[in-house]
Amino acid sequence: MTVIVERTTPASRAGAVVAVLLIAALIALPWTRDAGLMRVIVEFIALLTLAQMWNLLAGYAGLVSIGQQAYVGLGGYALMVLADDLGVNPFLAVPLAGLVATAFALPTAALVFRFSGGYFAVGTWAVAEVYRLLIANTGALGRGTGRTLKAVFPLARETRELATYALALALGVTTIVAIYLYLRSRLGLGLMAVRDSEPASQSLGVDVFRTKLAVYLIAAFGTGTTGALIYLNLLRISPDAAFSINWTAYTIFIVVIGGLGTLEGPIVGTVVFFLLRELLADYGSWYMILLGTLAVVAMMRYPQGLWGLVVDRWDLRFFPVQRLVRGVGNVSVRER
Amino acid sequence: MAWLDTIVQGILLGGLYALFATGLSLIFGVMRLVNLAHGDFSILAAFIAVVAVQVLDLNPLLALILVVPVMAVLGYGLQRLVLNRLLGRGILPAVLVTFGLSIVIQNGLLETFSADSRRLNPGGIETASLPLGGGLAVGWFPLLTFGVAVLLLVGLQLLIGRTALGRAFRAASDDGGTAALMGIDNGRLYGLAMALSLAIVAVAGIFLGIRTTFTFSSGPDRLLFAFEAVIIGGLGSLWGTLVGGVILGVAQTTGARLSPGWGVLAGHLVFLAVLLLRPAGLFSKPRRLDS
Repeated sequence: MTVIVERTTPASRAGAVVAVLLIAALIALPWTRDAGLMRVIVEFIALLTLAQMWNLLAGYAGLVSIGQQAYVGLGGYALMVLADDLGVNPFLAVPLAGLVATAFALPTAALVFRFSGGYFAVGTWAVAEVYRLLIANTGALGRGTGRTLKAVFPLARETRELATYALALALGVTTIVAIYLYLRSRLGLGLMAVRDSEPASQSLGVDVFRTKLAVYLIAAFGTGTTGALIYLNLLRISPDAAFSINWTAYTIFIVVIGGLGTLEGPIVGTVVFFLLRELLADYGSWYMILLGTLAVVAMMRYPQGLWGLVVDRWDLRFFPVQRLVRGVGNVSVRER
Repeated sequence: MAWLDTIVQGILLGGLYALFATGLSLIFGVMRLVNLAHGDFSILAAFIAVVAVQVLDLNPLLALILVVPVMAVLGYGLQRLVLNRLLGRGILPAVLVTFGLSIVIQNGLLETFSADSRRLNPGGIETASLPLGGGLAVGWFPLLTFGVAVLLLVGLQLLIGRTALGRAFRAASDDGGTAALMGIDNGRLYGLAMALSLAIVAVAGIFLGIRTTFTFSSGPDRLLFAFEAVIIGGLGSLWGTLVGGVILGVAQTTGARLSPGWGVLAGHLVFLAVLLLRPAGLFSKPRRLDS
């Protein structure tokens, strides 16, 4: 009996068309000269990328980190040092800042990988606090008051905003495409095996430790680059803001509400996040209370998240990473 | 002499940290649960004490009589209604739910009490000091805090070692499934463990509020210190928690003496050093460092 293995579904083919149209629209946006909307989209992409990175860590590799804000801060400060102190082009400095963050991720991993479970989570947070305090005590980095990005001052504001927007678009699209290709590859299959069962995948020859370390470093790179992008957009950085636990809180809530362990989940979650923020803009902390409560309820009753509910009900997949086996007799068996 | 003073202050500070750490260590031992909202519950208790002091015109130390039972009941309810449903589903749900609770509590306190920093005033004992001779003096209140921490640890040791409830805790800690087979109601047991944990952390929160100012966001730092004290001392050892707290306290006061901004950082660095050199902690029982 010959078997045919398919990767795409009708939904994914439709989704690909929608995605191309959406990207075209986003590329065309600067012509409308709506700077406010461009800033919101940069923010959206930043949060989305942070969420995708955390999703890779927790949803696929099983590493529940509440210390990713360390890399947001390290990426932001690396941008300042690279662009202002070392004279690197600020836009080029963004991915370079990601590399700096990854360099710090190596010794961090050496420490925190000694923990697992809930203690791993708190350990990552402790390390983030160490980075924050070290920077807050360093004169050259502005101590507690922080620094301003001066390297962009010579540029006209419109040019800077356009370049930041383009960089953000590039980051957003590259991240999603890269994660998608990774998950579709053999390495991604290994990662999903680790997600489903570590002992089983280890017994099948997947190097679990290496896989987790690779994911941790990739997430650090993505988070660091996003941190640099965020502070390229904001122009002003301080330790308390850059290393704030809120970065982790937002990304956790986005991923949990949207759908852990799926590519579409963080996208849905970020949309919900921004909608709620617009709705509750006048109510201060109630916004965070509602978000936190939703995340708690989601984790208790709907751990698959909003997108997970959609998948369960309608089996839609826009980023198909599964393989469908169709036998000759039209018997199809799906894996998740 | 100034250094001796620093070390004594650090030791007494360790008593406060031990109070924070004990509750965390207890629920981890019994349920393998890391409560990320642990510090925030202590601050919640401190704010409840603020209300009790304002409304009932009580001394904060007397407010303990009111706040501790309230927090215990809250802990029991939280465990039975929310957290019990998450056990056995891996660490992710418990970490995320308690993290979500932490954010909700902090923002709830912010909305209710604003961002003003608060202090509990017991009417003078917090500034009274006891001269020990040779120019060295210790505060009565840090001494009281340390004494209460030791008393609580002794009490907990007796509870765990000599009572039926303590036996049940130990059984659930060793093997929850078999404990259930032996007729232990795990749900109720975990509820009692959480109630005890929050009761102890309520004491810690009120003592903290007397010692220093606090705000809605003071919780997470307390969790970190508690966690560090537990890890330095070693999982599974009650007295190790006290030693861990003392080491952390001394590290912090010594660091602060060298430079005011270095106090907390010195504590973190000592914690990381212990983690590197002796990951199981200084007094741990042979047990894996996982949940």
